[in-house]
Amino acid sequence: MAKGPYSDKVMEHFMNPRNMGEINDANGVGEVGNPACGDVMKLYLKISDDGIVEDVKFKTFGCGAAIASSSMATELLKGKTVEQILELTNNAIVEALDGLPPAKIHCSVMAEEAIEAALKDYYVRVGKDPKIVDEMKAKIKDKVKH
Amino acid sequence: MIYLDNVAGTKPDERVVEKMIPFLKEKYGNPSAHFYPLGREAFEAVNEAREHVANLIDATPDEIVFTSCGTESNNMAIKGLALNDKYKNKKHIIISEIEHFSVQNTCIKLLNEGYKITKLKVDNNGQINLDDLKKSITDDTLLVSIMSANPEIGTIQDSAAIGQICKEKGVIYHVDAVASVGHQKVSVKDFNCDLLSLAGQNFYGPRGTGALYVNKEVKLTPLFDGGFQENGYRSGSENVAGIVGLGEAARIAKAEMDTYVPRMQALGKKLMASLEGMFDFLHITGDKSKRLPGHVSFWIEYIEGESLLLWYSLNNIYGASGSACSSNILAEDEDDLAASHVLTAVGVPNDICAGSMTFSMSKYITEEDIDKVIEVTPTIVTRLCEMSPYYNKK
Repeated sequence: MAKGPYSDKVMEHFMNPRNMGEINDANGVGEVGNPACGDVMKLYLKISDDGIVEDVKFKTFGCGAAIASSSMATELLKGKTVEQILELTNNAIVEALDGLPPAKIHCSVMAEEAIEAALKDYYVRVGKDPKIVDEMKAKIKDKVKH
Repeated sequence: MIYLDNVAGTKPDERVVEKMIPFLKEKYGNPSAHFYPLGREAFEAVNEAREHVANLIDATPDEIVFTSCGTESNNMAIKGLALNDKYKNKKHIIISEIEHFSVQNTCIKLLNEGYKITKLKVDNNGQINLDDLKKSITDDTLLVSIMSANPEIGTIQDSAAIGQICKEKGVIYHVDAVASVGHQKVSVKDFNCDLLSLAGQNFYGPRGTGALYVNKEVKLTPLFDGGFQENGYRSGSENVAGIVGLGEAARIAKAEMDTYVPRMQALGKKLMASLEGMFDFLHITGDKSKRLPGHVSFWIEYIEGESLLLWYSLNNIYGASGSACSSNILAEDEDDLAASHVLTAVGVPNDICAGSMTFSMSKYITEEDIDKVIEVTPTIVTRLCEMSPYYNKK
């Protein structure tokens, strides 16, 4: 396989991205961009009434690392609870992809930010304050520190 | 494999390699050791190469200085002038916005030495405006350094007209002709230039070889202190095998350019027309007629250049992209990712030039190769468009 600076896993997800597309009846949609290189990721979540990610899809304008990060993120999200997906950091995405070049780490950060944005949208749609996402994230970070 | 990244370096001609091998094996003398046959043989081979290089660009052999690459030639031309006492009273240099980094960054260094640098703007095709050039030249102007062709967008400048202006104004004119030599007629007489850089790797010679043409009226201070090789301009033992290869590449280019250039031109036009006809959101960059033969560059809305590059590469088609994402992938810091300064200069917005691609041909490219590129492109572009949040099917 033509690998270059990317791991086999990155190239595999780049060539065969999982969950690419849109969800028409999504109840959480997040779109984020990276100012460093102009990449954009749009994430669609279908979350069930009991707070479980039933379906997830993405669309990404970006490089190999951005597409692979998006694809891997969707794999890691499926079937998880809202609380569980907030614990998903960019490091977990990088690890699952067997690493990214240092200059491309921002692609995994973009995927983490897209998840947060989609969850905020979800909370707005179910009539809750989207700030809850920031509070939950802060708690998780605090827990990790201790 | 279809290699279409020839502005990054061409495949060496087999005859070049054959000519070099004896100088890597049995003919290993030092050209400075004239007093025994082994050294003299190397000396004569270097001088024969010098004649071929001079002949290719309409110069004389004593005006050719061998260097290690185009970057060294550009550094030698610009810093060599700036360091020389003859020109110490002139502190202004004119370049264009789309010069190679070896010209741009050399000039940035000189800012600290009190030089003023004027960067001429280019139009949407990558051409400088000759009136702007005339207006920019002052009594303080030491040098005008404008490349003859841009490797990224393929645009060819009117070097002869630029040279005429410089001659009339009494300003030294340097041409970075690395992308041009071997692909268009390059004549230091026609260009009216005083300094001209070339590199062997760009016209079927070996990597790590270059030369600088230095007009006899011009004085340069050497960048290296050492012995007296290359007429005192470039000390250090010569890369004999590399120089022999460069000379052979020059000889072949002079003899065969008229055969392979029109063929490359036709294939380039075919590829460009096919790509333009495929999608209304695919845009050709650079000047469509005044461009390097076999050079095709474009950007595609909605999709990103590195992804294009990777997909072509997975189809064994190797090109280049000026997108930020492909710019410095091995950098330690994402701040080192920047979209190409050339695309930005020709007015392609940052978020759009992300989808840029350059295919540059060599004399080895066949019609079947180009047909293959034309065949796979719709699948690649459609796939990446489907993945793009920007693309809405109409």
